[in-house]
Amino acid sequence: MLLKELTALAGVSGCEDEVRDFILEKIKDLKTDEVICDSMGNIIVHKKGKGPKVMVAAHMDEVGFLISQITNEGYLKFKTVGGIDSAVLVSKRVLIGKDKIPGVLGMKAVHLQQGQARNNKANIKDLYIDIGAKSKEEAEGKVKLGDFAVFDSDYVEFGHGKIKAKALDDRVGCAILLEILKEDYDCDLYVAFTTQEEVGTRGAIIAANRVNADFALVIEGTTCSDIHPAKEHQKVSFHDRGPVITIMDGSAIMDKEVVGRLMDVAKRQDIKYQLKRTTAGGTDAGSIQRSNGGVKVGVIAVPCRYIHSPSSVASKFDISECLRLARAFLKSFN
Amino acid sequence: MELLKKLCLANGTSGEEENIRDIIIEEVKDYVDEYKTDPLGNLICVKKGTGGGKKIMYAAHMDEIGVIVTVIDDKGFLRFSNIGGINPYNMVHRKVRFKNGTVGVVSFDADTKMGELNLSKMFIDIGAKSKEEAEKYVQIGDSASLVSEFVDLNNHVSCKAMDDRAGCYCLIEAVKKNLRTENDIYYVFTTQEELGLRGATTAGFNVDPDFAIAIDVTRTGDIPEAKRMAVMMDNGVCIKIKDDGIISHPYVVNYMKECAKKDNIKYQLEVLEGGRTDSGAIHLTRSGVKAGVISIPSRYIHSPSETVSKKDLEECIKLIVATEKYQFKEAF
Repeated sequence: MLLKELTALAGVSGCEDEVRDFILEKIKDLKTDEVICDSMGNIIVHKKGKGPKVMVAAHMDEVGFLISQITNEGYLKFKTVGGIDSAVLVSKRVLIGKDKIPGVLGMKAVHLQQGQARNNKANIKDLYIDIGAKSKEEAEGKVKLGDFAVFDSDYVEFGHGKIKAKALDDRVGCAILLEILKEDYDCDLYVAFTTQEEVGTRGAIIAANRVNADFALVIEGTTCSDIHPAKEHQKVSFHDRGPVITIMDGSAIMDKEVVGRLMDVAKRQDIKYQLKRTTAGGTDAGSIQRSNGGVKVGVIAVPCRYIHSPSSVASKFDISECLRLARAFLKSFN
Repeated sequence: MELLKKLCLANGTSGEEENIRDIIIEEVKDYVDEYKTDPLGNLICVKKGTGGGKKIMYAAHMDEIGVIVTVIDDKGFLRFSNIGGINPYNMVHRKVRFKNGTVGVVSFDADTKMGELNLSKMFIDIGAKSKEEAEKYVQIGDSASLVSEFVDLNNHVSCKAMDDRAGCYCLIEAVKKNLRTENDIYYVFTTQEELGLRGATTAGFNVDPDFAIAIDVTRTGDIPEAKRMAVMMDNGVCIKIKDDGIISHPYVVNYMKECAKKDNIKYQLEVLEGGRTDSGAIHLTRSGVKAGVISIPSRYIHSPSETVSKKDLEECIKLIVATEKYQFKEAF
């Protein structure tokens, strides 16, 4: 699986080029019938089959930053792209633009913070990126307004089968799709690597209209809060219990036939799975479901602790079970 | 009112509209030329025209608000989330019923300050002693409807799910008039309206109509200290001008008014602040659809006691029928 390589790439929503180029390169060696890059930058790979038209989708983009201002002192102000909790930002490393200029997210030093401010969470507006420039002119020589920045974070395997990396949401889905493409299926398969999911599932809208599928399965990274001190009923998903099957989230109520088929193939092939324990969040499934005259959709996801941070943590077991479930689902169509 | 009562008391939260769809199919199948269900579960019934007319789509949504189980705890209590807009205070110590008949009482963590109530502090008690026992009756992802009684309040009737079974009822009654006009009529009973007009989005694409009219409930401004709104109960059916999802097409508004005047139908004009209907989605499908809304004034929406006026329902049925018969002029 190419998860290490995929998580190392920069692909903030709207600037997925590195990820797209990498995937296109890897697809070249695989048996496919057609590969399309559409106007939104989605990659759509067709593997022809006689069965129903089935779309599987994962998004290439990740949360990150857009450089919005260079101050007179040479610091960078930024906007977040996608949902990022300000609590995870302070003192983290980032890489900016194509040249991957290193920077550090800074804020006012603790000894200068007055009263309540010391206890409050950082406000994104008060943060800046320090690239070590001495002046505005020097900063402008390295960074342009509109450059995207990503977390600078290595892929590390640690502990009991755990992986730590940035952008596990949703490079884990991309890695699974690349594995899926290595095998043959009876269904008329469309594998879509989508763009701009983190800013409102925008790429998927266009991809779904083109594919016009009968069924769709979205493969995602999802929130996981199986750790102290969450109360039992606040724990959304758990590590090492297999992929999460969603019944309902903020973007869609999943199709009963698809959910039933997922559970059925999982049980028959002894694949471990869990049900999502919240209805919050959204995925490409919402856009795909309401494209054209309607598509029967489902979502399976790998639980990721500390999602949307430089150090998301997933379990290798969940990833391999997720791949098994996706394959078994696709092979159930004939 | 027996049909309305049957529709309201049947359970069909968003995504679980099968019961409602089955009742409607049974009621309308002898009057329409064909019917089908699309991938989102919308029921699309067609009455072909005699030719030379337009394609008109009517939409009433089958789904109702409810709750969905997210977690079953060790003691057998169910944690839940909302399906559609639910005020937590409306839920306190209400009962909900699951599809298999299991009933639960909704309550809240005992240490909750009432001013800070929200759904994450609430649970459903189905009388189970343990997680294992609860799981015999309910699974994660199961949804439940409010338990309510259908009551006759003289001028009014009140029950859960009047939003939008009242609309379904009026549309079914219109179907039963068994009109054959020059227009192709698509009677569509949609799904998942309460979650953002989702069924109507694909139904609109599938039908591809010339005109669309949603039939749904709207609020009124006539209860004590109500937010200012011109719509009153018993004052007739509403022709909607605007809500958060649509500005009704002026052509549609005008022809509905013309129909109402011609057939002596009591109507009022409606501007709704806060709220949307299926027309909001349908008018943006494909390259756009001229759309409007016929609304039924309703009190206490999204509670177990949604209330509508019997007279307004009659006017609503009359206005649907009048618009079906309309002979569209060439230019508009």
